[in-house]
This record gives sequence, C-alpha cells and structure tokens, in this order.
Amino acid sequence: MKILKDSFIQRRKFLKGLMAGAAVALAPLTDSEASKFSFEEYFQKHFMEMTKEEKEKVLKRLADEYKQTYGKEFTVKATEAIPDVSFGYALNLSKCIGCRKCVTACVKENNLSRRPQIQYIRVLRLPKGSMDLEKSEHYYEADLVPEPNYYYMPVQCQQCRKAPCVKVCPIKATWHEKDGLVVIDYNWCIGCKYCMSACPYFGRRFNRGVTQIPKDEINTNVHYLGNRPRPRNVVEKCTFCIQRSREGKYPACVEACPVGARKFGNLLDPNSEIRQIIDKMRVFRLKEDLNNDGRFFYFFHN
Amino acid sequence: MKKILLLITIMIMLSSWAHATKEKLFPVPYPPFSNKDIFPCMNCHEGLDRNKKVRQLKEMHQDIKIEHHGDRWCYDCHDERNMDRLRLANGEQVKFQESYRLCGQCHGNVYEQWKIGIHGKRTGYWNGEKQYLLCVHCHDPHTPRFKSMKPDPAPIRPDAHKVKNKKH
Amino acid sequence: MKLIKFLTGAIKEILIGSKLYYAWVGLLLALIAGMGYFYYHEFNMVQPEGSLEQHIIWPVYIANFAFLVGVAAAAVLLVVPAYVYHFQAIKEIAIYGEIMAVSAIVMCLGMIMVDVGRPDRFWHLLPFLGGILNLPSSMLAWDVIVLNGYLILNLIISFYLTYKGYTGEKPNTKFYVPLIILSIPFAISIHTVTAFIFNPLPARPYWNSAILAPRFLASAFCSGPALMVIILQIIRKFGGIKVQDTALFKIAEIMAYSMFFNLFLFGAEVFKEYYSDTIHLAPMQYLMEGLHGHNALVPWIWTAIVLDISAFLIFITLRNVRSVKLMNVGCVLIFIAVWIEKGLGFITPGFIPGVLGEIHEYLPTLPEIVCSLGVYALGFLIFTVFAKVVIAVETGRLKYSE
Repeated sequence: MKILKDSFIQRRKFLKGLMAGAAVALAPLTDSEASKFSFEEYFQKHFMEMTKEEKEKVLKRLADEYKQTYGKEFTVKATEAIPDVSFGYALNLSKCIGCRKCVTACVKENNLSRRPQIQYIRVLRLPKGSMDLEKSEHYYEADLVPEPNYYYMPVQCQQCRKAPCVKVCPIKATWHEKDGLVVIDYNWCIGCKYCMSACPYFGRRFNRGVTQIPKDEINTNVHYLGNRPRPRNVVEKCTFCIQRSREGKYPACVEACPVGARKFGNLLDPNSEIRQIIDKMRVFRLKEDLNNDGRFFYFFHN
Repeated sequence: MKKILLLITIMIMLSSWAHATKEKLFPVPYPPFSNKDIFPCMNCHEGLDRNKKVRQLKEMHQDIKIEHHGDRWCYDCHDERNMDRLRLANGEQVKFQESYRLCGQCHGNVYEQWKIGIHGKRTGYWNGEKQYLLCVHCHDPHTPRFKSMKPDPAPIRPDAHKVKNKKH
Repeated sequence: MKLIKFLTGAIKEILIGSKLYYAWVGLLLALIAGMGYFYYHEFNMVQPEGSLEQHIIWPVYIANFAFLVGVAAAAVLLVVPAYVYHFQAIKEIAIYGEIMAVSAIVMCLGMIMVDVGRPDRFWHLLPFLGGILNLPSSMLAWDVIVLNGYLILNLIISFYLTYKGYTGEKPNTKFYVPLIILSIPFAISIHTVTAFIFNPLPARPYWNSAILAPRFLASAFCSGPALMVIILQIIRKFGGIKVQDTALFKIAEIMAYSMFFNLFLFGAEVFKEYYSDTIHLAPMQYLMEGLHGHNALVPWIWTAIVLDISAFLIFITLRNVRSVKLMNVGCVLIFIAVWIEKGLGFITPGFIPGVLGEIHEYLPTLPEIVCSLGVYALGFLIFTVFAKVVIAVETGRLKYSE
C-alpha cells in the first residue's frame, strides 16, 4: 500500500477545515443517536496506512466509544496474522442437517444486527440430485431437520484468493490479509456496495439501520477488522471469526455445529484436519468455474 | 532355570504391555450414562444370571430400544463376565471411556476419520489442543441414528412486512 | 474586473425572470426539498424487518445513474457534427449540448451520492484530499476519474465560450477546440467505463455479456439527443435563440442509426439467452415473461420494446416527412423507452435471481422515487440556470460594457 507523501498530508490538513464544515452539516445523517460526531474518526486514515501508534490510538478511542454506548468494557484488538498460516475451511454436506445453529452462533459471536436482521451464513436447502441453486430454498421451516429427500448447504464468504470484491472496491477498503482472510476497514468503506454486487456467494451485507443488539448478548472481545460494533451504512462480512482464529481458536460456526460438519485449519500444515480432508475426501468448491480460488471446500462422504 | 523363567515372565509382560498400548488413548469427557446411579453396572448385575435370550425386558432397561443394524442384542457389546466393561470381537474387555474401539471394529472408516479429527464435533484450538468426544456423546449406541432436531428460525424474508400469507 | 462583472451579471440573470421561469424553478426547488426530506428520513429510519437491499443491491438510483451517463455522453452527438464535420447549423447550438452534459454529469454524481451509504466519506475517493483510488483494477475508480474529467472539460468549455461571448472577444480556437476534440473520447469513455462497471462481474451473468458496452453507447445516442431536441425547441421558443430545423433533423438522422443498433443489440441478447437455454436464461426470462410466478417487470419491458420500435419507425419516416411535431413524439417515446430498458430493465434483472438462486422482486419505493426526482430536479435546475445565462449572452441581453 502506497504511503502518502508529506505534500498530500499538508494539503489534507488545509482542506480539513473546508471539509469539516461540510461534514458537520452532514453529521446528523451519518450517526445513530448513540454516538457523537468525532473529528478523529471522520479524518481517520486507511487502516493499512496507519503506524502502530496510530492504530493503538484508534483502538483505545473505539474502546472508550463502545464503553460509552454499551456500558461495558470492550477489548478491541488488531491482532495480526500468525505467520505461515493460510486458512482453509471444509464443510461436510453429508452431515449437515440444516439446523442453522451455525447461523445463530455467528450472529452472537460477531455482534450482528438483530434488527434489521443480518446473518453472514445462509443455509440453502436443495433437493437431492441437484446442485441447481435456483432450486434452493432459503426460508425453509420444519419441525424436524433433516427433511427427507433434501440436503443442506450453508454458504458464507469463501475468502477467495482472487476475490472479485477486492478487485472492484474503488478505494481499497477491502483487501486480502496474509493469512488469507478478506477484511474490510469499516471506517474507510463508503458503502457504494460494488463489492456486494461482485460477490458470487452472497458473502457481504449492508447495514443501513441502527444496529440493535440486546445488551446482554453483546460480545465484548472484538477485533478492529472483525466483530466490533460497526459504523452504520457500510458493508460487512464474515472474517472466519478473525478475533478467534488469530488466537488459535475455531470460528464460532465450527464449534456450534452439532454434527461436526465444519472443519477449519491451516492449509500449510500437512497434519491439520483441513489438509487431511483435502487429501482423503473428494472436495469441491462452489462456483469454481468463476475462478475465484476460494478457501471454502465442500465434500460428501457418502 | 530361575533365570529362564524370569526372562520368559519379563517377555510376556513386555508383549502384553505392548499389546495393551497398541491403541492410543484419546482424551474424552466422561461417558454420558443415562443417570448417575446406573454405573457401576456390577452393583446390580453381580448376583444376576446372564440371560442371553432375545426378549422384551420387563423389570429394568425397558426404555432401551435397540435399533442398530443387524440382529443386535445386549451381549454383542456388553461383556457378560464384567458388566462394567464392553467386549471387543476377540473377547478383549474395554472400558466405557474407550468405547470408540468397539464402535471402530465395525465402523472402521469412520473410526479412522474420527482419529484424525475429520469425523465428529471437536472444539478447542485449530493450532493446539482439541477436545475429542466419544461416539456415544452424539450417537446413542442403542439407537445410533443421529436424532433430528428443530432448526433455528429461517432468515426474515425481505418482503415479510408485506407478504403475510403468501407461500413462496 | 470583467470576470466579476460577468459573474454579477449572471447572478442577476439567474435571479430575475418571467413568471413561468419562477414557477419552473419553484417546482424544481420543491422537488429538491422533497428529496432532502425523504433522504434524511430514510437515513434515520429503522428499516422494516427483512432487508431487500441485501439482494437488490443497487436500486433505482443506479438505474438512473446508468441512464444519465448515457444522456451526458450524448453531447458528443452535437460536438462531432459541429467540430469534426463543421456542420454549421449544429455548431451554433453545440454549447447547449455541453451545458446538458454538465447537468447530466451533476445528476449522475447526485444519484451516486444519494445511493452510497456514507456520502460524508466522499473524500476517500479523491487522492488529492487524502483518499485512495484502486487503480487500475476498480472500474468505479476509473469512472470517478472520467466522469469528473468530462465534467471539468465541459465546464471549462462552456464557461469559456460564454465568457468570451459576454466580453465580445473572439474565443481562441487554439485553446477551446482541442478541449472540445478531447471531450469526444471522454464522452465515449464515460459511457464505456460505466458499462464496464457492470460488465465484468461474473457473479451477475445477465450483465456479463460482451455487447454490454456497445448497447450502452447505442442507447445513449438515442436518449440524450432526444432530450436535447426537445430542450432546443424550448430554448428557441422561450429564449429567442435561432435553432434551425436542419440541425434538429440532422440530430434525428443520427438518432435513427443509433436506434437501429440499439434494437439489433437487444435482439441479439434475447436470441443468445433463449437459444442457449442455460441456467443464465433466468434473468432474461424474468424480464421478458416472468420467472416462477414473479413477473413485475414484464409489462415494463414490453412497453419499452413497443415504444422503441414505434420511435424507430417514426424516425425512419422523418426522412420523407419533415414534421417537427412527429419528431417530438418520437423523441418522447424513445426517451421513455430507453429509460425503462436501461434503467429498470437492465439493473434490476441483474439481481434476479440472486447469486444463490433466490428471487426477490423490486419496484422503486416512494422515498426512492422522490429522491430520484429531486436529483433530476437538481440537474434541470443547473441546466435552466446555465442556459438562461448563455441565452442572455447570445441574445446580447448580458453584454460587457465599460
């Protein structure tokens, strides 16, 4: 990422005054009742261009903001990628029973808005014998799952190596991290939704409303690029629980699955579960013909 | 003579030790017995006869239905010599904490996958320690088919506020 | 100084006009106020339960944006006959084309500002204000450059020519003619780059067709000049500017060719999808006949097709029947037809069915309609105001004197 030249920084300081006027005028349109307009936040640089000290300052400011808004102590981290790690994910379609426990766990872990409802994982119910997504049912309800003659395929962000969303973002607000995760700087995104149009997997969401989370369900262990309470009107997405996976833990969906259909690990470690699956099982990727080179593998075992 | 006897004893001990540790032990949580008083089984079964006839149980364990393929009966898996143990095909006794060895005798493929973590739920660290579960934590050994459950609610439809009664 | 006198004179010209002028400007300002109200309201409103915008990602604003970029590009249809072929009748009115381009680009940028989630973060798009542009890979980043470049070009040209008209000096051809010639590839590029925003998304097979960029250009050259023809007649009537009928019929001639290509390319698309009959037929099928019982857009597209063909037939007959009234009818028809075809008929089916096969129908809501009208009003206001100044200069009402 190119570092800004000093002359640009000078010009930016000069124009700050002008823009501040415009920004203050537009401020009522951009913030929820809960947070106030903050100059540091408005003029914040792109996360990748910040120095370590600037990042620390931002994290501290966010922790204070969240404490004020939600009344709880937050731990806001910006943990970097563990070296020599390239994440991979596998999902056993023979096992998935379509219970949607992964969806619920993700919503709780990642502080997703309940109203309007945002869910990163979408479980599709498909009739046996077909992979035609047009035949899928997103809104199935049943007394008991699995229902006969159907199988279930949960879809979420595939963290593609050649992600179309990264390609099209006009301001580089979304990018690939070293461990393979595709992340968004929520304070840089302008909400143009080009990435949402480009994503073939319904991996990204837009939160227009004021995020409403029940106070007792808030997860206070957050990552800047992941599950922190996000500004409104920007695009957000699954990050394989970056706040957990970068500490060595499984993403919430992996742990929540009651049938053990979800497996996660480091593709560069030959002893990891994910490598064993790719070696021993017949894995495939969704929409592989689009050449996105995703990290999310599906397999059947019977 | 004494030396040869000692040597033979040591060799037998070593080989049985080697035999006993051929299978690695997997750290698992306590087996999910139906209630805490049911184990140890020998508390009741000590003085009882071992009736191998396939029949409807009337006095105890009437709630157990066996729906496990083939014609299964209790003593196929439970050891009649010691009801606190399970019985492998070759007669070897295994503890309930090692019941995976018994299941693995017929379900070899699944056993191999479970050992490397591909089968079954695991929690913990992808780059560190993980917890195993026993087969029976998810599959009731008497009716092993995974139980159906009620799914969590469907996502709210975008036109939910307009379409109340219309089906897709 | 001359410039200050020009600006004060222009401001006076803008503020003083006939009753009709006040009524028109009043209407436009009312629409803009309505837009302001609905925009603010929508921003602070808690959304109803299920959010359609996760599926229909770009609503009617971007549909209007695609249409308006075409209208802006159409200024080139005046510039090329005027400055490349030196067709005098068009040369004398070319400046109105440039002002229309400015207003259209302002409307485009307005549509984007209204659609985007965080318009307050607009400076992230401008490198000289500290932003970052993802070049060369993002087509939206390229669009920012070419749209603003085209806007600045046309602003400079029209301001320069008007100012020189005001002072009575002869404009320096060595200065403004190269700019005008430069605006030709810019006009082509704005619409091509806008088409390229939608074109290369493999996730949206309805747009992922090679002839999208040519289709955009063909439909642009029908719709923009149609508006231009009508506006020129209004300027002739109310401003007293000499607009020759030959100029109008020349524009109509070029439009006829564009209409043919537009219909041909649309027909080619329909043929390809229906004959191949793959899974990618779904969006086209949704548009033309309905899909799984969902058919909200079917009457729209068929209206557009009928209007397209009627307008084409009208414009062919204009070769023999030189009737201005008939031409006006044709212009209105083609303008509506292209709006439907390129707006609702292009953007919305791109999202139906969604990438995971789901179908959610969309028709614009009241806040979206009012906000769109507000942006249109803004563009028309800018055109009215600029045109009034240019007319004043051309008729000699606004003239520099010591």
